[in-house]
Amino acid sequence: MTTATEPGYAELPRLISLMTGDDKHQAAAESTVDVLWVLYDRVLDVTPATFREPGRDRFLLSKGHGPMAYYAVLTVKGFLGEAELPTWSDALSRLGRHPDRRRVPGVEISSGSLGHGLPIALGTALGLRARELSSKVVTLIGDAELDEGSNHEAIVVAARFGLENLTTVVIDNQSSTRGWPGGIARRFDVEGWETRTVSGRDHAALYEAFTGAHPGRPLAVVAVVEPKG
Amino acid sequence: MSVRETFLKATEEILDADPDVAIVLADISAAQLAGAARRHPDRVINVGIREQLLVSTGAGLALAGLRPIVHTFPSFLVERAFEQIKLDFSHQDVGGVLVSYGASYDMPAAGRTHQSPGDVALIDSLPGWTVHVPGHAVEARRLLLESIPGDGRVYLRLSAQSNASPHLGVGFTRLRFGSSGVVVAVGPVLDRVLRACAGLDVTVLYASTIRPFDAAGLRSAVLSASGSVVLVEPYLAGTSAFWVSEALADLPHRLRSLGVRRDVEVRTYGGTGDHDLAHGLDAGSLRLSIRDFLGE
Repeated sequence: MTTATEPGYAELPRLISLMTGDDKHQAAAESTVDVLWVLYDRVLDVTPATFREPGRDRFLLSKGHGPMAYYAVLTVKGFLGEAELPTWSDALSRLGRHPDRRRVPGVEISSGSLGHGLPIALGTALGLRARELSSKVVTLIGDAELDEGSNHEAIVVAARFGLENLTTVVIDNQSSTRGWPGGIARRFDVEGWETRTVSGRDHAALYEAFTGAHPGRPLAVVAVVEPKG
Repeated sequence: MSVRETFLKATEEILDADPDVAIVLADISAAQLAGAARRHPDRVINVGIREQLLVSTGAGLALAGLRPIVHTFPSFLVERAFEQIKLDFSHQDVGGVLVSYGASYDMPAAGRTHQSPGDVALIDSLPGWTVHVPGHAVEARRLLLESIPGDGRVYLRLSAQSNASPHLGVGFTRLRFGSSGVVVAVGPVLDRVLRACAGLDVTVLYASTIRPFDAAGLRSAVLSASGSVVLVEPYLAGTSAFWVSEALADLPHRLRSLGVRRDVEVRTYGGTGDHDLAHGLDAGSLRLSIRDFLGE
């Protein structure tokens, strides 16, 4: 389970509280925070020194709303300075309530409208393959975001193209209005993706899910967290 | 060779020559590019009939450092997937070459589902796009080739309608000089405009690139002729009226905007000529409109 004593990870609640103004705010309340931490701490090969390199790994935050955990992780990893966090979403801040790739270093896509990250990630994965770069492309969507049809267009095509370099992580907090009978993973599985469903709070399980081999197939990691309150 | 065949042939040449160019298709034109797809399987990408994905894939390719060409009919490329264009190209601030074939009513018997007179107006709601409306296959080829270098956002609107000869100018080219008015012809309506203006004392300007709008060219023509401007566009009437008003903001002027009717949805099948008549875009109707406006 969560190792709250990991260096850096322990900083996240305080950094998030700088944006939320809630001193009692716990990282655990953020549905994405553990997934983001594991990705940036142990999975993705990208740093403030390399985020412009063609061969870097890409992380596309499709679920662009509620980006406090994202900004906090980027701060711990040195992409942002802590001093920027308290003024986020002010007119003078470059940190908005939806992230802007033109303004925030290390942010790969500007997001907010749902259903764009995975289709863009598919194009990026195809482009990196055409350029013979072995970078990973990881996109994060929400289970309600999966309602958008654009995602389903991408799910079909990614598996047909055998995009091994593409990973989709779905944060499942059961917020989809109509739900997904049989579970979210099934939607990916029938189209030929490798799927792994794990606790979205268990760092070791997330790490295993992200890093285990899936030759010739894209990977869907369903990260289950507490139902949205 | 038709405009469409010219585009597909030029695209093959580009794909063969430039390893940084990829084309994304949604089944339309995929058969014609099958040879290129065999030679370049990673760079000729057919996503099936999925237009949202079509556009977003193009943007993703651009983020990976490639120059994408994104192609299908305009109703599906621009109208169906407009938010993808707005966010995945403009808002991400990446470049690409969007190429449509079908124009306002190139498939007249197919009906409204395959007509797209509002495409340029939609693109016009986004800043910074270059819009090419070639009126001849030779123009289409050159404009495509010129769209590949760099990382700009380009909309290349191809049509089955064509003028007899190409005009390879930049901005507005002055094809006829006169004093009683300035008639602006965009792309494939040029030959009809020239016939409509036969014997009239008017200046005729032609453009195959309508964005960026050549404000200086229009001002210059107006200052040496008159402030009466007739705008003839092969898509929604008045699409460029804003730019005309901006260009002439400090000059007394009058403007008549001609193009595809925006007051009604014309539910006609038949041929292209029937639609030209229905929208007043045949040479005879254009002549009546121009003479009426100029008082000749």
